[in-house]
Amino acid sequence: MRIGDLLGRWPVLRQLRARDVRGHGATAASPQTRHLHPRTEDADRVVQSICPYCAVGCGQLVYVKDGRVTDIEGDPDSPISRGRLCPKGAASRSLVSSPGRLTTVKYRRPYGTQWESLPLDRAMEMIADRIIETRARTWQDVNEAGVPVRRTLGFAHLGGATLDIEENYLLKKLYTALGALQIENQARI
Amino acid sequence: MGSNMAECHPVGFQWVMEAKERGATIIHVDPRFTRTSAVADVFVPLRAGSDIAFLGGIVNYIISNGREFRDYVGHYTNAGAIIEDDFRDTEDLDGLFSGWDPERRTYDNTSWQYKDMPTAASAGSREVSGAHGQAAGSHGATHGGRPPHVDPTLEHPQCVFQILKRHYARYTPEMVEDACGVPRELFLRVAEALCENSGPDRTSAFCYAVGWTQHTVGVQYIRTASIIQLLLGNIGRPGGGILALRGHASIQGSTDVPTLYDILPGYIPQPHAERHQTLEQFVREDASPTGFWGYMKAYTVSLLKAWWGDAATEENGFCFDYLPRITGDHSTYQSVLGMIDGWVHGFLLLGENPAVGSAHSKLHRRALASLDWLVVRDLYEVESASFWYDAPEIESGELRTADIGTEVFLLPAAAHTEKFGTFTNTQRLLQWRHQAVEPPGDCRSDLWFAYHLGRIIREKLHASTLERDRPLLDLTWKYPVAGETAEPSADAVLREINGWEDNGHPLSSSTQLKDDGSTACGVWIYCGCYADGVNQVARRKPARDQSWVAPEWGWAWPANRRLLYNRASAAPSGEPWSARKLYVWWDEARREWTGPDVPDFEVHKPRDYEPDPDARGADAIAGDDPFIMQADGVGWLFAPAGIVDGPLPAHYEPHESPVQNPLYGQQANPARDVFVRKDNPYNDRDRDTYPYVVTTYRVTEHHTAGAMSRTLAHLVELQPAMFCEVSPELARERGLQHGGWATISTARTAIEARVLVTERVSPLRVQGHTVHQVGLPYHWGTRGLTTGDAANDLFPLVLDPNVHIQEVKAATCDIRPGRRPRGGRDG
Repeated sequence: MRIGDLLGRWPVLRQLRARDVRGHGATAASPQTRHLHPRTEDADRVVQSICPYCAVGCGQLVYVKDGRVTDIEGDPDSPISRGRLCPKGAASRSLVSSPGRLTTVKYRRPYGTQWESLPLDRAMEMIADRIIETRARTWQDVNEAGVPVRRTLGFAHLGGATLDIEENYLLKKLYTALGALQIENQARI
Repeated sequence: MGSNMAECHPVGFQWVMEAKERGATIIHVDPRFTRTSAVADVFVPLRAGSDIAFLGGIVNYIISNGREFRDYVGHYTNAGAIIEDDFRDTEDLDGLFSGWDPERRTYDNTSWQYKDMPTAASAGSREVSGAHGQAAGSHGATHGGRPPHVDPTLEHPQCVFQILKRHYARYTPEMVEDACGVPRELFLRVAEALCENSGPDRTSAFCYAVGWTQHTVGVQYIRTASIIQLLLGNIGRPGGGILALRGHASIQGSTDVPTLYDILPGYIPQPHAERHQTLEQFVREDASPTGFWGYMKAYTVSLLKAWWGDAATEENGFCFDYLPRITGDHSTYQSVLGMIDGWVHGFLLLGENPAVGSAHSKLHRRALASLDWLVVRDLYEVESASFWYDAPEIESGELRTADIGTEVFLLPAAAHTEKFGTFTNTQRLLQWRHQAVEPPGDCRSDLWFAYHLGRIIREKLHASTLERDRPLLDLTWKYPVAGETAEPSADAVLREINGWEDNGHPLSSSTQLKDDGSTACGVWIYCGCYADGVNQVARRKPARDQSWVAPEWGWAWPANRRLLYNRASAAPSGEPWSARKLYVWWDEARREWTGPDVPDFEVHKPRDYEPDPDARGADAIAGDDPFIMQADGVGWLFAPAGIVDGPLPAHYEPHESPVQNPLYGQQANPARDVFVRKDNPYNDRDRDTYPYVVTTYRVTEHHTAGAMSRTLAHLVELQPAMFCEVSPELARERGLQHGGWATISTARTAIEARVLVTERVSPLRVQGHTVHQVGLPYHWGTRGLTTGDAANDLFPLVLDPNVHIQEVKAATCDIRPGRRPRGGRDG
């Protein structure tokens, strides 16, 4: 390397040459920082989504690389949010990729003192059995006055405002067919 | 009002700021000075729980100064309708309306009707009983059309306008000052600003959130705003309206497509055992013969066809019998008491955390500990799943892990990026999300859970010959699945929600629905979301490439209308009220309604159309009746049906209040749902024990009960600890140190929080006394990266009687320095 080139890289000289005395301008860049680029540029795919927090419905762009979410940004196309996200929406990559997320089934047996693991299929079978048993035990063909009611009040459901409409639809449809009435969500609070 | 929009809906608030830059006046009325107040033109501190007194003062100001929008009020509201002779107002009965039954604690609304014409509530009657028996939202035969007696001059003493005028006459600026602690000059500034900014050339909007709904008179808060907006002509017009700022991504969707006990999809009532034994009876009782609810049978039959397919026939009433019947209030608070009392044994919690988020959360945790089995599905392990080993009651020794018999299944849920599906936002807009990645491990969508749970139960019962299993086995439950996890197709479910003709062709509009079984439609108000076999919900035309209404971004119900009742944006003549507020108008040359939005009106119905006296359905709606869902086509200043606690809002004190009702002898809403039982004690009325008002709220960095924010490092760093806000005056009175600990107590329990001494919560002068208010964020619980006591532990179960929503925005408390007592075996 020629001595002139080496000298040219000297920050003080560059700052003086560029009249960037405080070093807050372009001269602050180094070869390393010059090669930095946003991780959004490396995404294999960008998927349009909607923020999962409040009901404003801000548009999100989900950046995906190697099957993982690498970033979530506001969607500038959205007529609602025009690319903006609030602190929660901006943190939603953490929401979906946090190491604290549950990824396996946890089971606590009656009177148990600790969580146990349980295969998902087994858990689904057991939940189905509990519903069938409770429903059979508490079934009402008629009420006290002898009027048909065709229902069970033996179990209840809560939650729906964080779910999709398709999910709420299947839940209400299934519960209604089961005769379960006490189906509720956050709209009640 | 009732909202801190800048913090709780910050991205929506950009439009408020944009309006401000264009000259709009921003007014914030709230117990606390917040970031919303900081950018408002006018900030009005008021006592929590006194909003109806404030809004009623505005109604009085409008009427007594003749500031109502006369043409709008005369044509588009029921101002001229004559009410039954025997109606008695709160003015006559010291805070009660006629029809009060003190034993059953309900109203009989016969005397509230239009004279000589009982009326249907717009969406049928509702099961509205509280803890104290049953009452119907409307009753008797329903007759549609216009009221038989109308005084267009609005002078008849028994017409709605005059009743309204008398009812609100006592809501003077002096009374507002006395009830709300708002200086009269400040109140008058707000009232005048609203009037100045309304009329043909201008509109004003109200934005509210749960600061308005979480009261024992919550529905009447919204009703009072409706009266103001109808008087000022601010409904159905651009820049007007009453805008609910809802807190969850699809809370609107889960109301439209209800996981709620009292409604079926599209606000069709859940049938009642006694009143709705057959489909015919159901329709006769609850469908209004006039207006678009006149087609309730078509909506219901199409739903039954979507659910039971070929099994639903004309002969069997389209399986109407398969629907379970309600007999009272089956809301979640009743279920929770049922768990404690031993008749509810199982519970499924999907993305909700009542151990932190529901009023009297201690009671909810006890309920969870009383169950046989509990299923929790969430992204994180929430307090409602972990209560059996880390609830505050375990720490205090009130509960012991080894004594809790609840079997708990905690299932990991897929995140919004890991599934296809639709959120319906707070403005009724459906937006489709594309899947970005596969869910990790055992994480699954709730669509997967619902579908496979149904599949397994159906397989287990497939040989059953029991009558009760017919609805389950006849259910249409074939959805395509894909991938290793057998994920059902959300697209296929959306197609069912939209509906199809019997040849399988997708429907385009709810006006195509038939009551003969030839159409199937899962959610009639969403019909059209898959018009032409295209997922309209997934449309993403960029904002810059279309009009300001942006009709090609997503899809809004109904029929992609972005502004409801927009026929009201034009004068009765069909011409715009003004060039400045042009929106939807009658194009005489083309003989149709037109504008940048989809007209919320039959497009070719002439502006001067007059219905025959015996017309039915939409034919009964005149060319100048904008409110097409109402039986009489007009906005209701006075509600003859549909509301259980009065046809007009009246100010009542919160159930727990340190002051006397300054307006009436009747202290609190007489019809509110109360639960008198040992595990739900209410605070004494004496001012010494619980002298202060307490209210709850959210901060921008956290989300509701905290599962989606207390778990994230960035957010926790920004907002690291539970705190309480108190004024310097209250801090002095109680010896509270900024940054130190305080214990806040009610008859339910005591919690602790870090003290934030701030002038943002200022003491108010009410009836000659100083009222101090304590503010509490409610996001904290025992889990997450930051932990703290749950504010909802402090509040009792006491509910609005219309919708069974709890009062957590105003109660009484005490506050003392220091940490709360630690009970339990270890002392």
